[in-house]
Amino acid sequence: MTATVTTPLRITPLSILGSRRALRLIERNIYVYRRSWIIFVSGFFEPFFYLLSIGVGLNKLVGALHIGNRLVAYTAYVAPGLLASSAMNGALFDATFNMFFRLKIAKTYDAILSTPLGPNDVALGELGWSLIRGSTYSGVFIVVMALFGYVLSPWAILCLPAAVLIGFAFAGVGLAATSFMRTWQDFDKVSLAIIPMFLFSATFYPLSVYPGWLQLVVRATPLYQAVALERGLDAGALSASLVGHAAYLAVLGLAGLVVTSRRLARLLLP
Amino acid sequence: MDPSDAFGATSRVPAADGEPLVVASGLVKRFGEFVAVDGVDFSIGRGESYGFLGPNGAGKTSTMRMIACMSPVSAGTLRVLGRDPDRDGPEIRSRIGVVPQEDTLDLELTVLDNLLVYGRYFDLPRRVIRERAEELLDFVQLTERARDRVESLSGGMKRRLTIARSLVSDPELLILDEPTTGLDPQARHLLWDRLYRLRRRGVTLVITTHYMDEAEQLCERLAVMDRGRFAAEGAPRDLIAKYSTREVVELRFGATEPAGVAAALEGLAQRREVLPDRVLLYSDDGDATLGEVHRLGLTPESTLVRRSSLEDVFLHLTGRTLVE
Ligand SMILES: Nc1ncnc2c1ncn2[C@@H]1O[C@H](COP(=O)(O)OP(=O)(O)OP(=O)(O)O)[C@@H](O)[C@H]1O
Ligand SMILES: [Mg+2]
Repeated sequence: MTATVTTPLRITPLSILGSRRALRLIERNIYVYRRSWIIFVSGFFEPFFYLLSIGVGLNKLVGALHIGNRLVAYTAYVAPGLLASSAMNGALFDATFNMFFRLKIAKTYDAILSTPLGPNDVALGELGWSLIRGSTYSGVFIVVMALFGYVLSPWAILCLPAAVLIGFAFAGVGLAATSFMRTWQDFDKVSLAIIPMFLFSATFYPLSVYPGWLQLVVRATPLYQAVALERGLDAGALSASLVGHAAYLAVLGLAGLVVTSRRLARLLLP
Repeated sequence: MDPSDAFGATSRVPAADGEPLVVASGLVKRFGEFVAVDGVDFSIGRGESYGFLGPNGAGKTSTMRMIACMSPVSAGTLRVLGRDPDRDGPEIRSRIGVVPQEDTLDLELTVLDNLLVYGRYFDLPRRVIRERAEELLDFVQLTERARDRVESLSGGMKRRLTIARSLVSDPELLILDEPTTGLDPQARHLLWDRLYRLRRRGVTLVITTHYMDEAEQLCERLAVMDRGRFAAEGAPRDLIAKYSTREVVELRFGATEPAGVAAALEGLAQRREVLPDRVLLYSDDGDATLGEVHRLGLTPESTLVRRSSLEDVFLHLTGRTLVE
């Protein structure tokens, strides 16, 4: 067969999302964290501290707020928002900093691509690992929410799968963005995107405080979608819009995964 | 214990004059406009050891990466283990071991975990990997460092670990890109010995090196590459016979090299090479040629008559180190 290849190697329609070989990359990351479990454990505390400082601190000042038609205490209002942002952060950490280190500094993937694993397996494996890590944090946070009485309806059981979906979306986007980064300084741009999103995406107060046009902007952000999904499920305020939020996140994650596979093939298999 | 116990229990039977393991024809590698490999043809048989020689930038690594299915072929055809790298990359790679030119060890893992995790990429059972890893660490003399982080190893130790890693999967085809760079003489000889034994078990070796003695020792057949093309191909002995004379006279004139010495030596032998530090005269009778040098009244600081080696072939074919 005469090959005049212009498309990246090893990306065929069927394998575009990777194969079960991706599990091996997850296994690798488990080996890594076995020896640095403190870093892993530290991730549990961040959302918890936020909940204590912002939620509990402001609770007395703010009073009650609406989720759907329900009136809830401020802490109960903020908790699902923090759950969504912790799912985001948990997934992003591995998908950005660690991925960059492996891709550009340690050249970890160069060696991996001399084994049966392909760039799509690497992308899927890293995504899977980010998900596992992020979901673990989310799971613990949901338990804490339940213990403090911030879980408002039986539908909250769906908060965990929703957190996994949020992790999927942000891990996909994070991996894809990282594959375009050249230096550590480029990560300032990530912070520039994350911090305002975290502060303004209706995590801490309802969208209604904004003028109409700004509401549209905020609605477009993935974190808003994530927060709205968690808040709706937690309060049992089911509506069709929840399906929309979920679809938004799923598409985002998938697109990120596909872009990441293609970028890795270009970068690592010149 | 025979160290190969942890590996294939029986020797691989060389395919009875079967299909070559690697076949390339008109193989091209382009990086944008730049042509790194410019239409080469070769075929490597099962159990053979094949070497790529050539100056920096000749295209050796580019060729090896294509064979290892780590770089898409730009044009021409390539078949590895009877398959198409473009389509069957993962299957081919599962049967190949690679020592890349630059170490790519996993910095987040320990020495032992580097082997264990790498073996898992090949879907091998943990028990098998552990057994092999122990033997391999022993072979590369890193058993004491098994629990250390990779960063704490010296350059040569990292190289040794990379070599060990390439063997974890018990490959049929082993691709070694300058494997002994940075190794001390003892480690180098240990590797040579290991490669020799692998070959006897039917493992095919593809090697690049800048050490001509190594190429002569390890390779049954060699390709001398220059600017992306093959300048010559053949067994080391045949290459020497074809591209060099039986003997070489090396003359050093030191700092007081008289002007025009090189010109005076012109025509004394079948061929003359002028290097920055010495002049080489190629002749089938070195002593006779040296006698003529003395008759010309030239008094080199030192002289040496030796047999031709691959180094001379390399010089002749690539001319890279010549003073033009
Ligand atoms: N990823 C790349 N992008 C662009 N050019 C490349 C790339 N890789 C190699 N080249 C170019 O291709 C040519 C051949 O490189 P290659 O690494 O194959 O040489 P080599 O024979 O292995 O040399 P050395 O002895 O230095 O290892 C060089 O001119 C190099 O600059
Ligand atoms: Mg090279």
